[in-house]
Amino acid sequence: MIDKFVPDLATALEGVKDGATIMMGGFGTVGQPTALVDQIADMGIKNLTIIANNAGAAFGGMTKLLQAGAIRKVVCSYPRSSNSTLFIDLYREGKIELDLTPQGTLAERIRAASAGIPAFFTPTAAGTQLGQGKETREINGRLCVLETALFADIALLEAWEADRWGNLTYKLSGRNFNPIMAGAAKLTIVQTQHKRELGEIAPDAIMTPGIFVNRVVHVPYGDPTL
Amino acid sequence: MPDTLTPIKTLSREAMAARLAADIPDGWYVNLGIGAPTLVANYVAADKEVIFHSENGLLGVGPKPDDEHIEPWLINAGKQYVTLLGGASTFDSADSFGIIRGGHLDLAVLGGYEVAENGDLANWSTGANDVGPAVGGAMDLGAGAKQVWVLMDHTTKSGQPKLVEKCSYPLTALGSVTRIYTNIAVIDVTPQGFVLREAAPGLTFEDIQARTGATLHRA
Repeated sequence: MIDKFVPDLATALEGVKDGATIMMGGFGTVGQPTALVDQIADMGIKNLTIIANNAGAAFGGMTKLLQAGAIRKVVCSYPRSSNSTLFIDLYREGKIELDLTPQGTLAERIRAASAGIPAFFTPTAAGTQLGQGKETREINGRLCVLETALFADIALLEAWEADRWGNLTYKLSGRNFNPIMAGAAKLTIVQTQHKRELGEIAPDAIMTPGIFVNRVVHVPYGDPTL
Repeated sequence: MPDTLTPIKTLSREAMAARLAADIPDGWYVNLGIGAPTLVANYVAADKEVIFHSENGLLGVGPKPDDEHIEPWLINAGKQYVTLLGGASTFDSADSFGIIRGGHLDLAVLGGYEVAENGDLANWSTGANDVGPAVGGAMDLGAGAKQVWVLMDHTTKSGQPKLVEKCSYPLTALGSVTRIYTNIAVIDVTPQGFVLREAAPGLTFEDIQARTGATLHRA
Protein backbone atom coordinates (compact mmCIF):
# COMPACT_ATOMS: atom_id res chain seq x y z
CA MET A 1 0.00 0.00 0.00
CA ILE A 2 1.15 3.50 -0.80
CA ASP A 3 0.61 6.15 1.85
CA LYS A 4 2.67 9.28 1.33
CA PHE A 5 1.16 11.01 4.35
CA VAL A 6 3.54 11.47 7.26
CA PRO A 7 2.39 12.39 10.79
CA ASP A 8 4.27 15.64 11.32
CA LEU A 9 6.65 18.26 9.92
CA ALA A 10 9.74 16.69 11.50
CA THR A 11 9.05 13.35 9.77
CA ALA A 12 8.28 15.14 6.51
CA LEU A 13 11.74 16.72 6.54
CA GLU A 14 13.75 13.70 7.70
CA GLY A 15 17.07 13.49 5.86
CA VAL A 16 17.27 17.16 4.81
CA LYS A 17 20.90 18.12 5.36
CA ASP A 18 23.31 21.06 5.47
CA GLY A 19 24.28 22.31 2.01
CA ALA A 20 21.05 21.13 0.35
CA THR A 21 19.51 22.86 -2.66
CA ILE A 22 15.86 23.46 -1.83
CA MET A 23 13.04 24.67 -4.09
CA MET A 24 10.11 26.49 -2.52
CA GLY A 25 6.77 27.06 -4.23
CA GLY A 26 4.73 30.21 -3.77
CA PHE A 27 4.22 33.62 -5.28
CA GLY A 28 4.18 36.25 -2.58
CA THR A 29 2.75 34.48 0.46
CA VAL A 30 0.11 32.57 -1.56
CA GLY A 31 1.00 28.91 -2.05
CA GLN A 32 4.14 29.10 0.09
CA PRO A 33 5.01 25.99 2.15
CA THR A 34 5.78 28.18 5.15
CA ALA A 35 5.32 25.51 7.84
CA LEU A 36 7.89 23.25 6.14
CA VAL A 37 10.35 26.10 5.62
CA ASP A 38 10.02 27.33 9.21
CA GLN A 39 10.62 23.76 10.40
CA ILE A 40 13.88 23.68 8.41
CA ALA A 41 14.93 26.91 10.14
CA ASP A 42 14.15 25.28 13.51
CA MET A 43 16.24 22.23 12.58
CA GLY A 44 19.32 24.47 12.42
CA ILE A 45 20.37 23.32 8.94
CA LYS A 46 22.84 25.70 7.27
CA ASN A 47 24.56 26.56 4.00
CA LEU A 48 21.42 26.14 1.91
CA THR A 49 20.77 27.14 -1.69
CA ILE A 50 17.15 28.24 -2.09
CA ILE A 51 15.29 28.37 -5.40
CA ALA A 52 12.08 30.42 -5.20
CA ASN A 53 10.41 33.29 -7.03
CA ASN A 54 10.52 35.77 -4.15
CA ALA A 55 13.06 36.30 -1.40
CA GLY A 56 12.30 39.56 0.28
CA ALA A 57 9.17 39.46 2.42
CA ALA A 58 8.91 40.41 6.11
CA PHE A 59 7.21 37.11 7.00
CA GLY A 60 6.42 33.76 5.45
CA GLY A 61 8.51 31.99 2.85
CA MET A 62 12.23 31.96 3.54
CA THR A 63 12.17 34.82 6.08
CA LYS A 64 13.04 32.65 9.09
CA LEU A 65 15.85 30.96 7.15
CA LEU A 66 17.29 34.38 6.24
CA GLN A 67 17.06 35.52 9.85
CA ALA A 68 18.82 32.34 10.98
CA GLY A 69 21.66 32.91 8.49
CA ALA A 70 20.95 29.47 7.02
CA ILE A 71 21.07 30.49 3.35
CA ARG A 72 24.25 30.67 1.27
CA LYS A 73 22.66 31.41 -2.08
CA VAL A 74 19.27 32.33 -3.53
CA VAL A 75 18.12 31.72 -7.10
CA CYS A 76 15.08 33.95 -7.68
CA SER A 77 13.52 36.60 -9.91
CA TYR A 78 12.30 39.15 -7.37
CA PRO A 79 14.22 39.55 -4.09
CA ARG A 80 12.57 42.87 -3.16
CA SER A 81 9.60 43.51 -0.96
CA SER A 82 7.69 46.62 0.08
CA ASN A 83 7.62 45.41 3.70
CA SER A 84 11.23 44.27 4.30
CA THR A 85 14.87 44.90 3.39
CA LEU A 86 16.08 41.68 5.07
CA PHE A 87 17.35 39.96 1.92
CA ILE A 88 18.75 43.13 0.34
CA ASP A 89 20.67 43.98 3.53
CA LEU A 90 22.30 40.51 3.61
CA TYR A 91 23.05 40.76 -0.11
CA ARG A 92 24.67 44.19 0.20
CA GLU A 93 26.76 42.99 3.14
CA GLY A 94 28.01 40.14 0.94
CA LYS A 95 26.52 37.52 3.28
CA ILE A 96 24.36 35.92 0.63
CA GLU A 97 24.85 35.13 -3.04
CA LEU A 98 22.13 35.97 -5.58
CA ASP A 99 21.53 34.30 -8.93
CA LEU A 100 18.94 36.69 -10.41
CA THR A 101 16.90 34.88 -13.07
CA PRO A 102 14.05 36.26 -15.19
CA GLN A 103 10.80 34.82 -13.89
CA GLY A 104 9.83 32.99 -17.07
CA THR A 105 13.31 31.55 -17.44
CA LEU A 106 13.21 30.43 -13.81
CA ALA A 107 9.86 28.69 -14.40
CA GLU A 108 11.03 27.04 -17.62
CA ARG A 109 14.38 25.90 -16.14
CA ILE A 110 12.41 24.21 -13.35
CA ARG A 111 9.86 22.71 -15.76
CA ALA A 112 12.72 21.48 -17.95
CA ALA A 113 14.33 19.72 -14.98
CA SER A 114 11.02 18.04 -14.18
CA ALA A 115 10.48 17.04 -17.83
CA GLY A 116 14.00 15.67 -18.52
CA ILE A 117 15.09 18.50 -20.84
CA PRO A 118 18.74 19.35 -20.08
CA ALA A 119 18.73 22.83 -21.65
CA PHE A 120 16.81 25.14 -23.98
CA PHE A 121 17.29 28.38 -25.94
CA THR A 122 15.20 31.47 -25.14
CA PRO A 123 15.25 35.08 -26.35
CA THR A 124 14.56 36.27 -22.78
CA ALA A 125 17.61 38.14 -21.41
CA ALA A 126 19.55 37.87 -24.70
CA GLY A 127 21.79 40.91 -25.06
CA THR A 128 21.25 41.96 -21.43
CA GLN A 129 23.36 41.76 -18.27
CA LEU A 130 21.48 38.63 -17.18
CA GLY A 131 22.41 36.89 -20.44
CA GLN A 132 26.12 37.64 -20.09
CA GLY A 133 28.45 34.66 -20.14
CA LYS A 134 25.77 32.38 -21.55
CA GLU A 135 26.07 30.54 -24.84
CA THR A 136 24.08 32.36 -27.53
CA ARG A 137 22.67 31.37 -30.89
CA GLU A 138 20.60 33.18 -33.49
CA ILE A 139 17.47 31.13 -34.14
CA ASN A 140 14.92 32.26 -36.77
CA GLY A 141 16.59 35.67 -36.78
CA ARG A 142 16.43 36.20 -33.01
CA LEU A 143 19.31 36.17 -30.57
CA CYS A 144 18.74 33.50 -27.89
CA VAL A 145 20.62 32.37 -24.77
CA LEU A 146 21.11 28.81 -23.64
CA GLU A 147 19.52 28.10 -20.26
CA THR A 148 20.02 24.86 -18.37
CA ALA A 149 17.56 22.78 -16.37
CA LEU A 150 17.40 23.73 -12.68
CA PHE A 151 17.38 20.75 -10.32
CA ALA A 152 17.12 20.60 -6.54
CA ASP A 153 17.65 18.06 -3.78
CA ILE A 154 14.37 18.95 -2.14
CA ALA A 155 11.16 20.62 -3.39
CA LEU A 156 8.78 22.05 -0.79
CA LEU A 157 5.23 22.70 -1.99
CA GLU A 158 1.92 23.85 -0.65
CA ALA A 159 -1.22 22.17 -1.96
CA TRP A 160 -4.90 22.85 -1.34
CA GLU A 161 -5.86 19.14 -1.38
CA ALA A 162 -3.86 15.91 -1.34
CA ASP A 163 -4.65 12.19 -1.17
CA ARG A 164 -2.40 9.37 0.05
CA TRP A 165 -1.02 8.72 -3.45
CA GLY A 166 0.24 12.33 -3.48
CA ASN A 167 -2.26 13.64 -6.04
CA LEU A 168 -2.57 17.40 -5.57
CA THR A 169 -4.75 20.40 -6.31
CA TYR A 170 -3.99 24.07 -5.70
CA LYS A 171 -6.27 26.99 -4.97
CA LEU A 172 -6.48 30.03 -7.30
CA SER A 173 -3.17 31.90 -7.41
CA GLY A 174 -1.69 29.33 -4.99
CA ARG A 175 -0.69 27.14 -7.94
CA ASN A 176 2.20 29.26 -9.39
CA PHE A 177 5.55 27.42 -9.13
CA ASN A 178 4.25 24.46 -7.09
CA PRO A 179 3.31 21.98 -9.88
CA ILE A 180 6.52 22.51 -11.85
CA MET A 181 8.75 22.12 -8.80
CA ALA A 182 7.16 18.74 -8.12
CA GLY A 183 9.37 16.51 -10.21
CA ALA A 184 12.39 18.84 -10.39
CA ALA A 185 13.83 17.56 -7.11
CA LYS A 186 15.04 14.22 -5.79
CA LEU A 187 12.60 14.49 -2.89
CA THR A 188 9.29 16.37 -3.14
CA ILE A 189 7.58 17.22 0.15
CA VAL A 190 4.11 18.76 0.28
CA GLN A 191 2.15 20.52 3.00
CA THR A 192 -1.57 20.41 2.27
CA GLN A 193 -4.55 22.34 3.61
CA HIS A 194 -6.94 19.41 3.07
CA LYS A 195 -6.55 15.64 3.24
CA ARG A 196 -8.74 13.68 0.80
CA GLU A 197 -9.56 10.00 0.32
CA LEU A 198 -8.41 8.27 -2.87
CA GLY A 199 -10.96 8.99 -5.60
CA GLU A 200 -12.36 11.99 -3.80
CA ILE A 201 -10.48 14.35 -6.10
CA ALA A 202 -11.78 13.74 -9.63
CA PRO A 203 -9.03 12.47 -11.98
CA ASP A 204 -9.46 15.44 -14.30
CA ALA A 205 -9.28 17.87 -11.38
CA ILE A 206 -5.87 16.65 -10.21
CA MET A 207 -3.23 19.27 -11.05
CA THR A 208 -0.13 17.35 -9.96
CA PRO A 209 -0.22 13.55 -10.38
CA GLY A 210 1.07 11.71 -7.32
CA ILE A 211 4.04 10.20 -9.17
CA PHE A 212 5.90 13.50 -8.67
CA VAL A 213 5.33 13.54 -4.89
CA ASN A 214 7.18 11.68 -2.12
CA ARG A 215 5.80 12.90 1.22
CA VAL A 216 2.70 14.81 2.29
CA VAL A 217 1.97 16.43 5.64
CA HIS A 218 -1.43 17.84 6.62
CA VAL A 219 -1.05 21.48 7.72
CA PRO A 220 -4.50 23.12 7.74
CA TYR A 221 -3.25 26.56 8.78
CA GLY A 222 -6.04 28.50 7.04
CA ASP A 223 -5.66 31.47 4.73
CA PRO A 224 -2.40 33.21 3.79
CA THR A 225 -1.97 36.87 4.72
CA LEU A 226 -0.20 39.46 2.59
CA MET B 1 19.72 72.22 -20.79
CA PRO B 2 16.46 70.53 -19.83
CA ASP B 3 16.28 72.29 -16.45
CA THR B 4 16.33 75.71 -18.16
CA LEU B 5 13.13 74.90 -20.08
CA THR B 6 9.94 76.72 -19.16
CA PRO B 7 7.74 74.53 -16.95
CA ILE B 8 4.84 73.00 -18.85
CA LYS B 9 1.56 71.46 -17.80
CA THR B 10 1.89 67.67 -17.78
CA LEU B 11 -0.67 64.87 -17.58
CA SER B 12 -1.32 63.09 -14.27
CA ARG B 13 -0.56 59.36 -14.02
CA GLU B 14 -4.28 58.68 -14.20
CA ALA B 15 -4.63 60.76 -17.36
CA MET B 16 -1.63 58.95 -18.93
CA ALA B 17 -3.18 55.58 -18.07
CA ALA B 18 -6.54 56.67 -19.50
CA ARG B 19 -4.87 57.88 -22.71
CA LEU B 20 -3.16 54.51 -23.16
CA ALA B 21 -6.32 52.55 -22.29
CA ALA B 22 -8.22 54.36 -25.06
CA ASP B 23 -5.87 52.80 -27.65
CA ILE B 24 -6.26 49.16 -26.55
CA PRO B 25 -8.49 47.40 -29.10
CA ASP B 26 -11.49 45.31 -28.08
CA GLY B 27 -10.57 41.66 -27.57
CA TRP B 28 -6.87 42.07 -26.78
CA TYR B 29 -5.05 39.98 -24.18
CA VAL B 30 -2.94 42.36 -22.08
CA ASN B 31 -0.40 42.18 -19.25
CA LEU B 32 -0.03 45.27 -17.07
CA GLY B 33 3.30 45.73 -15.31
CA ILE B 34 3.62 46.62 -11.64
CA GLY B 35 3.12 50.30 -10.68
CA ALA B 36 1.55 52.94 -12.95
CA PRO B 37 0.66 50.42 -15.73
CA THR B 38 -1.77 48.76 -13.27
CA LEU B 39 -3.90 51.93 -13.43
CA VAL B 40 -4.70 51.23 -17.10
CA ALA B 41 -7.28 48.59 -16.11
CA ASN B 42 -9.42 51.32 -14.48
CA TYR B 43 -9.84 53.20 -17.76
CA VAL B 44 -10.81 50.56 -20.34
CA ALA B 45 -14.21 51.55 -21.75
CA ALA B 46 -17.14 49.37 -20.65
CA ASP B 47 -18.03 48.45 -24.23
CA LYS B 48 -14.61 46.80 -24.79
CA GLU B 49 -13.67 43.32 -23.62
CA VAL B 50 -9.96 43.40 -22.75
CA ILE B 51 -8.59 40.33 -20.95
CA PHE B 52 -5.88 40.98 -18.37
CA HIS B 53 -3.14 38.46 -17.64
CA SER B 54 -1.02 38.31 -14.50
CA GLU B 55 2.38 36.56 -14.37
CA ASN B 56 1.54 34.48 -11.31
CA GLY B 57 -0.98 32.51 -13.36
CA LEU B 58 -4.20 34.43 -13.99
CA LEU B 59 -6.13 35.27 -17.15
CA GLY B 60 -9.30 37.35 -16.85
CA VAL B 61 -8.32 39.53 -13.90
CA GLY B 62 -11.17 41.79 -12.72
CA PRO B 63 -11.25 44.88 -10.52
CA LYS B 64 -9.84 45.19 -7.02
CA PRO B 65 -12.25 43.69 -4.44
CA ASP B 66 -13.80 45.80 -1.70
CA ASP B 67 -12.68 44.92 1.84
CA GLU B 68 -15.64 42.55 2.49
CA HIS B 69 -14.97 40.48 -0.63
CA ILE B 70 -11.24 39.75 -0.42
CA GLU B 71 -10.27 36.21 -1.50
CA PRO B 72 -6.98 35.55 0.37
CA TRP B 73 -5.87 32.98 -2.24
CA LEU B 74 -6.12 35.42 -5.11
CA ILE B 75 -3.39 38.00 -5.69
CA ASN B 76 -1.82 39.48 -8.80
CA ALA B 77 1.88 39.74 -9.68
CA GLY B 78 2.06 43.01 -7.72
CA LYS B 79 0.89 40.99 -4.67
CA GLN B 80 -2.39 42.91 -4.45
CA TYR B 81 -5.78 41.26 -3.93
CA VAL B 82 -7.76 41.01 -7.16
CA THR B 83 -10.96 39.42 -8.48
CA LEU B 84 -11.52 37.11 -11.45
CA LEU B 85 -14.17 37.69 -14.11
CA GLY B 86 -16.53 34.96 -15.29
CA GLY B 87 -14.53 33.05 -17.90
CA ALA B 88 -11.23 33.61 -16.09
CA SER B 89 -8.69 30.81 -15.69
CA THR B 90 -5.78 30.04 -13.37
CA PHE B 91 -2.62 28.09 -14.27
CA ASP B 92 0.97 27.46 -13.22
CA SER B 93 4.01 29.69 -13.75
CA ALA B 94 5.36 27.67 -16.71
CA ASP B 95 2.05 28.00 -18.60
CA SER B 96 1.86 31.66 -17.60
CA PHE B 97 5.26 32.38 -19.11
CA GLY B 98 4.46 30.14 -22.07
CA ILE B 99 1.66 32.64 -22.75
CA ILE B 100 4.19 35.48 -22.51
CA ARG B 101 7.22 33.94 -24.23
CA GLY B 102 5.14 32.14 -26.85
CA GLY B 103 3.89 35.44 -28.29
CA HIS B 104 0.26 34.89 -27.25
CA LEU B 105 -0.16 38.21 -25.45
CA ASP B 106 -1.24 41.07 -27.70
CA LEU B 107 0.27 43.69 -25.41
CA ALA B 108 2.47 44.25 -22.39
CA VAL B 109 2.33 47.65 -20.73
CA LEU B 110 5.53 48.28 -18.80
CA GLY B 111 7.10 51.10 -16.82
CA GLY B 112 10.48 52.40 -17.93
CA TYR B 113 13.67 54.13 -16.82
CA GLU B 114 14.75 54.70 -20.42
CA VAL B 115 13.63 53.82 -23.95
CA ALA B 116 16.06 54.15 -26.87
CA GLU B 117 15.09 55.21 -30.38
CA ASN B 118 15.65 51.63 -31.60
CA GLY B 119 13.10 50.31 -29.07
CA ASP B 120 15.58 49.07 -26.45
CA LEU B 121 14.03 49.16 -22.97
CA ALA B 122 15.75 49.69 -19.61
CA ASN B 123 13.37 49.24 -16.68
CA TRP B 124 14.77 46.71 -14.19
CA SER B 125 17.99 48.15 -12.77
CA THR B 126 19.60 51.54 -12.31
CA GLY B 127 23.03 49.97 -12.49
CA ALA B 128 25.79 49.47 -9.96
CA ASN B 129 24.23 51.71 -7.29
CA ASP B 130 20.86 49.96 -7.38
CA VAL B 131 19.54 49.02 -3.92
CA GLY B 132 19.33 45.41 -5.02
CA PRO B 133 18.53 43.95 -8.37
CA ALA B 134 15.09 42.51 -9.07
CA VAL B 135 13.81 41.61 -12.52
CA GLY B 136 10.59 39.62 -12.07
CA GLY B 137 8.92 38.96 -15.42
CA ALA B 138 10.05 42.17 -17.16
CA MET B 139 12.60 40.53 -19.49
CA ASP B 140 10.17 37.77 -20.52
CA LEU B 141 7.41 40.33 -21.20
CA GLY B 142 9.80 42.58 -23.10
CA ALA B 143 10.94 39.70 -25.31
CA GLY B 144 7.65 37.88 -25.70
CA ALA B 145 4.58 40.14 -26.04
CA LYS B 146 3.47 41.07 -29.58
CA GLN B 147 3.43 44.75 -28.63
CA VAL B 148 5.30 46.46 -25.79
CA TRP B 149 3.99 49.87 -24.80
CA VAL B 150 5.82 51.84 -22.13
CA LEU B 151 3.99 54.15 -19.71
CA MET B 152 6.40 56.58 -18.05
CA ASP B 153 7.18 60.25 -17.41
CA HIS B 154 8.87 61.93 -20.34
CA THR B 155 11.81 63.10 -18.20
CA THR B 156 13.31 62.30 -14.81
CA LYS B 157 12.46 64.44 -11.78
CA SER B 158 15.58 66.50 -12.50
CA GLY B 159 14.50 67.02 -16.11
CA GLN B 160 16.77 64.51 -17.86
CA PRO B 161 15.20 62.89 -20.94
CA LYS B 162 14.08 59.26 -20.60
CA LEU B 163 13.66 58.87 -24.37
CA VAL B 164 17.25 58.59 -25.55
CA GLU B 165 19.50 57.60 -28.44
CA LYS B 166 20.98 54.75 -26.41
CA CYS B 167 20.04 53.47 -22.95
CA SER B 168 22.60 54.11 -20.20
CA TYR B 169 20.95 51.74 -17.69
CA PRO B 170 21.13 47.93 -18.02
CA LEU B 171 18.79 46.69 -20.74
CA THR B 172 15.61 44.71 -20.14
CA ALA B 173 14.92 43.79 -23.77
CA LEU B 174 16.33 44.70 -27.17
CA GLY B 175 14.32 46.62 -29.75
CA SER B 176 10.97 45.58 -28.35
CA VAL B 177 9.16 48.82 -27.45
CA THR B 178 6.64 49.88 -30.11
CA ARG B 179 4.98 52.88 -28.42
CA ILE B 180 5.54 55.21 -25.47
CA TYR B 181 2.85 57.07 -23.51
CA THR B 182 4.35 59.86 -21.40
CA ASN B 183 3.00 62.75 -19.37
CA ILE B 184 3.43 65.04 -22.41
CA ALA B 185 3.17 62.89 -25.55
CA VAL B 186 2.36 59.66 -27.36
CA ILE B 187 5.35 58.50 -29.40
CA ASP B 188 5.75 55.58 -31.79
CA VAL B 189 9.04 53.72 -32.04
CA THR B 190 9.59 53.06 -35.74
CA PRO B 191 12.50 51.88 -37.93
CA GLN B 192 13.08 55.62 -38.51
CA GLY B 193 13.22 56.34 -34.73
CA PHE B 194 10.83 58.27 -32.44
CA VAL B 195 7.73 59.59 -34.23
CA LEU B 196 5.42 62.03 -32.42
CA ARG B 197 1.85 60.79 -32.71
CA GLU B 198 0.28 63.20 -30.28
CA ALA B 199 1.35 66.04 -28.00
CA ALA B 200 -0.53 66.69 -24.75
CA PRO B 201 -3.03 69.59 -24.94
CA GLY B 202 -1.32 72.96 -25.39
CA LEU B 203 2.10 71.53 -26.32
CA THR B 204 3.95 71.80 -29.62
CA PHE B 205 6.29 69.48 -31.49
CA GLU B 206 9.15 71.75 -30.36
CA ASP B 207 8.11 71.44 -26.69
CA ILE B 208 8.32 67.65 -26.95
CA GLN B 209 11.58 67.62 -28.96
CA ALA B 210 13.22 69.90 -26.38
CA ARG B 211 12.52 67.29 -23.69
CA THR B 212 13.54 64.26 -25.77
CA GLY B 213 17.11 62.96 -25.85
CA ALA B 214 16.99 61.82 -29.48
CA THR B 215 15.65 63.14 -32.78
CA LEU B 216 11.88 63.31 -32.88
CA HIS B 217 10.19 62.84 -36.24
CA ARG B 218 6.87 64.29 -37.34
CA ALA B 219 4.12 61.80 -38.10
